[in-house]
Amino acid sequence: MKHLFQTLVAAVQDALQPGEQFTLGFSAEQSQFVRFNHAKVRQAGEVSQASAQLRLIRDGRQAEQQVTLSGDTQLGQQRLTAALAQLRQTLPLLAVDPYLRLDESAWHNLSQQDQALPELDQVLALLDREAGDLDLVGIYAAGPIYRGFASSFGAFGWHQADSFNVDWSLFHSNGQAVKANYAGQRWSADDFTARLRQAREQLGFLGRPAVTLKPGSYRAYLAPAAMDEIAGMLCWGGFSAQALATGNSALQRLYNGDAQLHPVVCFSEQVSGSLSPAFSDEGSPRLDVPLIQQGKALQRLVSARSAAEFELLANGADSYESPCALSLAPGSLPTAQVLERLGTGLYISNLWYLNYSDLPAARMTGLTRFATFWVENGEIQGPVSTMRFDDSLYSLLGSQLEDLTQEREMILSTSTYGQRSTGSSHLPGALVKGLTLTL
Amino acid sequence: MFDSSALLRQRFAALRSTAELFSLRHVKQSHQALSVRRNVAEPPHFSQDEGAMLTVRVSGVEAYAATADLSQAGLQRALEQAEALARQVARHSLLDLREQPVTSARHDHVSPNFDQPIPNLADCLGLLAAESASVPKDSRLVDWQASLGLSLVEQTYLNSAGAELRHAQRFLFPGLSVTASDGQDSQSRSLGRDNFGQQGGFEIIERCGLVGAARQVADQALQLLLAPNTPSGPRDLLLMPDQMMLQIHESIGHPLEMDRILGDERNYAGTSFVKASDFGHLQYGSSLLNVTFDPTIGEELASYSFDDDGTPASKQFLIRDGLLLRPLGGALSQFRSGLDGVANSRACGWNRAPIDRMANLNIEPGDQPLDQLIQGIEHGILMRTNRSWSIDDARNKFQFGCEWGQLIENGELKGIVKNPSYRGISAQFWRNLEAVGDRSTFQVLGTPNCGKGEPNQVVRVGHASPACVFRQIDVFGGDA
Repeated sequence: MKHLFQTLVAAVQDALQPGEQFTLGFSAEQSQFVRFNHAKVRQAGEVSQASAQLRLIRDGRQAEQQVTLSGDTQLGQQRLTAALAQLRQTLPLLAVDPYLRLDESAWHNLSQQDQALPELDQVLALLDREAGDLDLVGIYAAGPIYRGFASSFGAFGWHQADSFNVDWSLFHSNGQAVKANYAGQRWSADDFTARLRQAREQLGFLGRPAVTLKPGSYRAYLAPAAMDEIAGMLCWGGFSAQALATGNSALQRLYNGDAQLHPVVCFSEQVSGSLSPAFSDEGSPRLDVPLIQQGKALQRLVSARSAAEFELLANGADSYESPCALSLAPGSLPTAQVLERLGTGLYISNLWYLNYSDLPAARMTGLTRFATFWVENGEIQGPVSTMRFDDSLYSLLGSQLEDLTQEREMILSTSTYGQRSTGSSHLPGALVKGLTLTL
Repeated sequence: MFDSSALLRQRFAALRSTAELFSLRHVKQSHQALSVRRNVAEPPHFSQDEGAMLTVRVSGVEAYAATADLSQAGLQRALEQAEALARQVARHSLLDLREQPVTSARHDHVSPNFDQPIPNLADCLGLLAAESASVPKDSRLVDWQASLGLSLVEQTYLNSAGAELRHAQRFLFPGLSVTASDGQDSQSRSLGRDNFGQQGGFEIIERCGLVGAARQVADQALQLLLAPNTPSGPRDLLLMPDQMMLQIHESIGHPLEMDRILGDERNYAGTSFVKASDFGHLQYGSSLLNVTFDPTIGEELASYSFDDDGTPASKQFLIRDGLLLRPLGGALSQFRSGLDGVANSRACGWNRAPIDRMANLNIEPGDQPLDQLIQGIEHGILMRTNRSWSIDDARNKFQFGCEWGQLIENGELKGIVKNPSYRGISAQFWRNLEAVGDRSTFQVLGTPNCGKGEPNQVVRVGHASPACVFRQIDVFGGDA
């Protein structure tokens, strides 16, 4: 793949005319997807896909075209040549782009993480042995992922990694379920087995009589997977320089200095050490960016375009100005003491389908999903039926936050919209004094 | 149109397989995204995508391989990959499809006005720039954007039983949004965008009402910024079509998807509060509720003649007079469940396999014009244009928010209110349907962004609806 990309870069470079500049992004994967239902294979397939995104720049104008690649170098060159021709015809039709800023540095970044992935037979046999008697539903996704970037200024980035992501749920006959995930780059049958057995143990708690709650404010513990849903909402424009400048960020008041979060809250974009490429889709080296420190806004994510529009300094953000490796610093609560410190309240493993109910107020709503338990005096009493919450971030991670856990979980995105995601988050759990349930 | 057909046919005929059934689904898509934001044209983005999915059935077990390598050798390789995978998973397979019927239909489907030329890039950008420039100069108007998405899709399905099904479709997605902010609060008003898209030609721009709309949209954003919050408490709720579409989508469409009911989606998109045994028995809504799967409204986003598994599509009542009749289940789900369904097995592209999806899911018009709907409300609120959506994984407990609210007292529209939201439970909400607007209130809408499936897929779905009134709904506003 790297050779294919290098050949395409050279071909575009050769086809360039005086006064023209280009950037070329590359994205490819070979994926095995196996869906499960009732611990059996519901659907199995393999996908081989690759695409290149060519941006042509001339006389202060720019346009871009994405083309699918087949692995045939000659065909790829033909498609990129055709794309170049179309972009050449397009540029004169455009006005000068006042926000066009190019990274003209000739940076180089290469990352190749080849790991042996498991044989599908091995995965299927293990699942059959450990969960064949359970109602398991989910997906196994695995294979190599490739990302590349090059420019006529000499920049070149290559990211190649083998990875897997097994995401599943175990359902109790009463309809309650526990969610689990095993993902990464180094496959270990022992680790996967341990994770499967842990989920099986948790399933036992779901057989207890369900607890019905009324709307109101409840003491609650949000496990890292639940915090990931809240963090995901913040990634939806929260830290974006453009959204902050145009009234479309949920963290407007925080960044204006009119509101703050609990001092223990420190968010950062922590690209180094993550599974994401070290370069953005715009072609800049990504940076680690402190976003919120001690509950107060610090930096924002600034793309090259926003830097020009709002007179800011770009900091390696991609065009959507969304974190790809959001990190929340740990607190002081040992995870082993969570139930004891919770005392009486809700233990929430996962949240689901969050959305803003009042964006400027950072008020969000969503639902409990999978293993949510009612706890009394530090003891799990039973599962809680699905409940809706509607609360402000300034409450959940502000006035009502008691502590964050010492231990954090690295959560690898399971998203496969268009392609397998390389995003991740690194999050602790959160103990809150009051979570507002509404329905 | 269908330029690849002859070559595909030839290559498909030359494929060699020992499978009892195999198929090829070739998809070629192009997309153009144009946008003018705050009077500056964003860089135009174009895309060209082409590939094929080869699916095999070996001893009743199906598997697929998707590839962009459309050479004879590339297709043969993918076919063999799929065959090998089918044999590999056979011992663990959930389904035995040996008895599932196979289509041998041959048909072409083309969007209305498919051949009508679309204005060139410069003219389209000019149209968007003019709309952007029409936004009044006001320091509180901090963001605005006019956009136009154009997609062309050609699909060819061939199988070893002799089927040849071709689609050629063109989709347009016009949009306009304006955000007003006073530094503390922000309010947005929009037209089109994720709430509107249709098949056809440039007449869609006119139907959307994009041209000349910027001034009014901006004015409404400013009105919202100055408006009081929506008061809390039970009220009668008048939903206009651009909120009805979301209400239909989330609390009728998703819960009726048969693959959810069969459990396939429980790890991701979720399950359903509806059980297989409810079809034919459950009173889903009041007797005014009539819901159809309707692929026959030409301009609606998901109108087609055959779905992606080759099942012929026809209009069907899913709910008639409030009674639940049939699920959104394609041929495979019908085979698995024994229930009659519809032709809704769909894939987002060549690299994802078809699953049960919504397509065109509509509410049939009633008999009351808008004035009459309003006059029938003593203490209520009108809401339009969805901006927030959230519903549980069984598609029961929901909370939705709109951009625009207007109180109704004693049969008359009163003041504008901001942050209008409401919550309820699907299984109860539709039984509170009290009045259904007539054809004058009926709009054909749709969204390009319906997500579901593992691996994930986003598809276009159409929703057409009249305005509707619901009795005594829990309504509330925001914090600001």
